[in-house]
Amino acid sequence: MSQPRTLLDKLWASHEILRRDDGVSLLWVDRHLVHEGSHHAFAKLAAREAQVATPELTFAVVDHYAPTRNRGQIADPQIARMIETLRANAHEHGLQLFDLDDPRQGIVHVIGPEQGLTLPGLLITCGDSHTSTHGAFGALAFGIGATEVAHVLATQTVWQKKPKAMRIRVEGAVAPGVTAKDIALNWIVRLGTGGAQGYAIEYAGSAIRDLTMEGRMTLCNLSIEGGARFGMVAPDEATQAYVKDRPFAPIGEDWTAAVVAWSDLASDENAEFDREIRIDAAEIAPTVTWGISPEQALPVNATLPDPTALDAGKAEATRAALDYMGLIPGRPLAGTPVDQVFIGSCTNGRIEDLRAAAAVLAGRRAKVPGLVSPGSQPIKAQAEQEGLAEIFIEAGLEWGASGCSMCVGMNGDLVGAGMRCASSTNRNFRGRQGRGARTHLMSPAMVAAAAVTGTIADVRPLLRGRAP
Amino acid sequence: MGGWTTHAGLAVALPLANIDTDQLIPARFMSVPRADGYGQYLLHDLRRDADGTLTEDCAFNAHADASILIAGENFGSGSSREAAVYALVDAGFRAVIAPRFGDIFASNAVNNGLLPAQIGAADYDALINQLGGGTVRASIDLEAGQITLAETIVTFVLDESWRIKLINGWDDIDLTQQHRNSIDTFKDHRRRTAAWAWPAAAE
Ligand code: SF4
Repeated sequence: MSQPRTLLDKLWASHEILRRDDGVSLLWVDRHLVHEGSHHAFAKLAAREAQVATPELTFAVVDHYAPTRNRGQIADPQIARMIETLRANAHEHGLQLFDLDDPRQGIVHVIGPEQGLTLPGLLITCGDSHTSTHGAFGALAFGIGATEVAHVLATQTVWQKKPKAMRIRVEGAVAPGVTAKDIALNWIVRLGTGGAQGYAIEYAGSAIRDLTMEGRMTLCNLSIEGGARFGMVAPDEATQAYVKDRPFAPIGEDWTAAVVAWSDLASDENAEFDREIRIDAAEIAPTVTWGISPEQALPVNATLPDPTALDAGKAEATRAALDYMGLIPGRPLAGTPVDQVFIGSCTNGRIEDLRAAAAVLAGRRAKVPGLVSPGSQPIKAQAEQEGLAEIFIEAGLEWGASGCSMCVGMNGDLVGAGMRCASSTNRNFRGRQGRGARTHLMSPAMVAAAAVTGTIADVRPLLRGRAP
Repeated sequence: MGGWTTHAGLAVALPLANIDTDQLIPARFMSVPRADGYGQYLLHDLRRDADGTLTEDCAFNAHADASILIAGENFGSGSSREAAVYALVDAGFRAVIAPRFGDIFASNAVNNGLLPAQIGAADYDALINQLGGGTVRASIDLEAGQITLAETIVTFVLDESWRIKLINGWDDIDLTQQHRNSIDTFKDHRRRTAAWAWPAAAE
C-alpha cells in the first residue's frame, strides 16, 4: 500500500514538473491572475522582450485602483494611468481583461470563483497575498511577488519549496452571529501572525464542512494573516454545486472527468500532518481587532489589554498599538465610538456578507457614515435585485461599485488620520486604510452593528428575532 | 542583478516588531515606475511628517549611508508587494537581519539580491544592544552564514536554495528556460489527462 497522502501532497504532486537537488520544485500554473499592480512584472517582461507564454491561462482584472464612484470619469491621472497600463498590457499580450465597464468586473479573488476560473485541483497564482482565497475550492493557490509574476507570465511555471502541512480542525457548531471571519481571527490570535508561517493550512472538521463556499473563501483568504501562504478546504458537494455551470467551468465530458478527479482531493485517512490544531467552534465569539496586527483581536465583550500586566516583550507592542489606536488600557472594547464603517473587500464582500449586514441594518439607521462596496459587479446586481442595496441606502450608507476600495485605499477611498473605521477587510496595519487611520477588523454583521450603534458592539442582541 | 558573497557596510537598527509591507511602502506610492527609484518612499510614514519632511526623532533617519538593517520580529509580513523590497534596495540596503520574516517578502528579497538573514532572539538582542541608535561597521559572509558586527559574530539561517541564488545572482527565467522540454512535456500530459483544467471557452 502506498503512503497515505495529504491534500497538499496530492496537489503538489499533480503540478510538479521537476524538483531540484536543493528541494525546490518547478510547478505548473493552471491560472494566473493579474491586476493593475502587476505593472512591474509586465515591465520586466518588456525589458527582456519576452511574451506571455500561455495567454489562455492568464486573466487580467481592474480592481485595486477601480473607482467606486464616477467610473466614467477618473479624476486622478495616476489612477487612470494605472488602469490604462493594465489595458495596454492585456491588449499587447492577448489576455482576457475584465475591464471597468465589464459587467463581470470585481475583485480578483471574488471573480475567479464567480466566473468558474477557480476550480478544485488547480494551481493558481496572483501577485496578491490573499490568493490563498481560492484554496477554499481545494486548489493550490498562493500569492507571489512581481519577479515571480514575471516568471509565471514568461514560463507558466513557478519555483516553490513545498511547505509543511498543518491541519486546523474546527469541530462543532458556531453560535448564531459567529462567522468564518471570527473562526479565522480566533486561530490567528491563538497561533500569532507568524504561527502558520512555512505551512500550508488545511481546514477541516464539522464546522468547516458546515460553512458555505463564501465562508470557506473568507477563512482561506485570511490564512496569510497567520503567516500561511496557502489555505485549503477539501472539495465536496458544496464545492461542486458552486462551480457547476459557471461561465468558464468545464462542461460535458470535461465536467464528468473533473468530478472524478476531484473526488480524490482529500487527505487520506492516516495522512500525517506536521502540525495539528483543534478548535471548539462553540467557544468562538464575535471577534474584533483592537490593535495594529490581526493577532491583536478579542471577543467583542472583552476588555482591552493592560500593558502593565504583561511581560516586557509583549507590553511594548501592546502599548504602541493602543497608542496608535487611541484606546485606553483595561477599558471594555465594546462601546468604543467609531467614525465610519466599510463593508467590502475580497475577505467579506460577497453576497452572503451583504445579506448578513443587511439583516442587521434593515429598518435601522446608521449613526455614522459608511461605504458598502460589493466584491464584484454581479454581486452588486444581485444585491440590488434582492433589495439589499435599498436597505443600505435607507440606512444612510453609500452604495458603491466594486473593487478593492477601502481595503487598501489605492483608488482614493481612504480613512482620514485619527479616524476610527469598523471594517470587514483583512488588515488593520498602521496606515493600511490611509495615513493615521485606525482600523478595527470584524465580520460584516458586526460592521453593521457598529454602524447602527455608532460604536463597536455585539451584533447578537441586534439579530434577535431576525434571520441572521 | 549581480550575485555577491560578502558585503561590508554600516549596520543600523530598526528595533520594532511587525514592520509590515504597508509600513515599508504605503500603497499610494506603488504606481511609480521602478526606474524612478523607490528609496525615498522607504518607511515613508514612519520617517516623515505629514508634509513629507524627514523627522528628527526617528534615529533611522540620521544614517542614510547604512546598508545593513537589523530589524524586529516578523519583518515584511503582509502583502506580496515587491515594492517593499525595491524601497529597501533603492535606499541602499543589501541585507535585512531579523528574527523572522514574512514568507513572500523573503522570497521577493532574494529575487532582488537582498539578503533576508534570520537570527535567534538572543543574537538579535545582542546586536540591538551594540547598535543603540547609531551605526556600527559590519560584514556579512553568505557562504559562512555569518554576520560580524564589531566584535560580535552571529550565525544566520538562510534556505540553501536562496543562498545559492544570492551568490550567483541567478535570473530564474533564464534558469527555467533550460527546462523548456520538461515544461512542454508536462503541459501536453496535463492537457491530455486533465483537459478540464483549461478554462471552457466562455463568451
Ligand atoms: S480587497 Fe484588499 S486584500 Fe483583497 S485583493 Fe484587493 S487589496 Fe488585496
